[in-house]
Amino acid sequence: MARALINVPSKAKRGDIVEIKTLLSHPMETGFRTGVDGALVPREIINRFVCTYNGEVVFSAELFPAVSANPFISFTTVATDSGTLVFSWTDDQGKTQVQTAPISVE
Amino acid sequence: MLARLAASALVLVLSCAPPSAQTAETPPAGRKSGFDYMGPDSQAMQKDDLSNPGMLGVLDGEALWNAPAGKSQKSCASCHSDARDSMKGVAARYPVFDEAGGRPIDLAGRIGQCREARQEAPALTREGRESLALTTYVGHQSRGMPLAPSTDARLTPFRKSGEALYTRRMGQLNFSCAQCHDDNAGGHLGSAPIPQAHPTGYPIYRLEWQALGSLQRRLRNCMVGTRADAFAYGSPEFIELELYLNWRARGMEVETPAVRP
Ligand code: HEC
Ligand code: HEC
Repeated sequence: MARALINVPSKAKRGDIVEIKTLLSHPMETGFRTGVDGALVPREIINRFVCTYNGEVVFSAELFPAVSANPFISFTTVATDSGTLVFSWTDDQGKTQVQTAPISVE
Repeated sequence: MLARLAASALVLVLSCAPPSAQTAETPPAGRKSGFDYMGPDSQAMQKDDLSNPGMLGVLDGEALWNAPAGKSQKSCASCHSDARDSMKGVAARYPVFDEAGGRPIDLAGRIGQCREARQEAPALTREGRESLALTTYVGHQSRGMPLAPSTDARLTPFRKSGEALYTRRMGQLNFSCAQCHDDNAGGHLGSAPIPQAHPTGYPIYRLEWQALGSLQRRLRNCMVGTRADAFAYGSPEFIELELYLNWRARGMEVETPAVRP
């Protein structure tokens, strides 16, 4: 399983705009490169990223081969209630990696 | 293609530079890390552990540190326990003199020795994911500490050879490391600023590579830029160059894992 670094403020005031940063370890192989044998290296990228906050989608993105390896995605959301942010990254094989982070809202 | 562009840019830049004066080591007060030549965005990326992609390598290395491997089924931690204590300051003094080999050994080489002889596990390939991750993890334990190269007198002749390599012209373009990194440091090669070549942040996460890479990979890039036949990974020449570069940068802060363009 790939590693991810997630930065969510652990505490926030209700109504605050909070910045969320995620960094996933992934080669993002474009499918356009040739290997040492001259053959194309098959495409293998993360093509979708979704973040839900207490079950509701607050951010999602489609990713394409031009995105660098180890994609860094940062976005903001409004702190509404204490709960959980769930991050999911889906690759070309359809495999999804999920990671969560708690947030406490006062 | 890129290399060719860089090479022609290099002829342009250096032909405008004044004829090479005698090369001299930068005095401590004037020493600048590659960090200082980067733009604010890349600096911010390095400074924030949650956006520095090199930290993914540190996490990988930590997992490997704790994983039993080989016939011994021992982990690095079985013998060295917590790396935060046992490996603190280790990277800052490498390369050191290796009794068994009778010559200097770098950090990746030492880790390779433990892996093969003590864990009894298959050798790690230099520049492979595992070797880089472990070296980054061990190197990271010295972050913020001054580079304190080993003063073992047996290293002196090897450091001298490193210095000789550094000042020797090489490649079809016939440049020495010193001509760029001493005489023209602070200038530009094409659009890239020429740093003073202090190896403070290795292994680094280089944006151009989109990956972690060792000092030797960086040096191979510089050699290919001068159209020289690059030394092999793990070769004595690279370890000698590293000895000299670390000596030249002594006292500077370890940044591992640094981000570089
Ligand atoms: C033609 C000029 C040139 C020559 C010759 C050259 N380099 Fe470099 N070197 C550069 C440039 C330019 C960079 C920075 C590249 C970048 O930022 O993309 C660099 C980067 C480096 C770095 C990385 C510093 C850091 O902050 O991480 C080191 C170390 C280095 N060179 C060492 C050497 C050594 C040793 C040699 C001789 C074997 C050498 N270079 C030869 C131009 C040169
Ligand atoms: C069976 C015990 C054992 C295991 C397992 C082991 N080591 Fe070691 N390691 C040692 C001993 C003993 C030394 C000291 C050797 C010396 O001083 O010559 C050492 C030295 C080192 C050093 C040099 C320290 C210094 O101060 O110069 C490093 C770095 C290191 N080990 C890393 C690792 C890593 C990484 C692993 C796992 C891949 C590992 N070791 C696994 C026993 C072990």
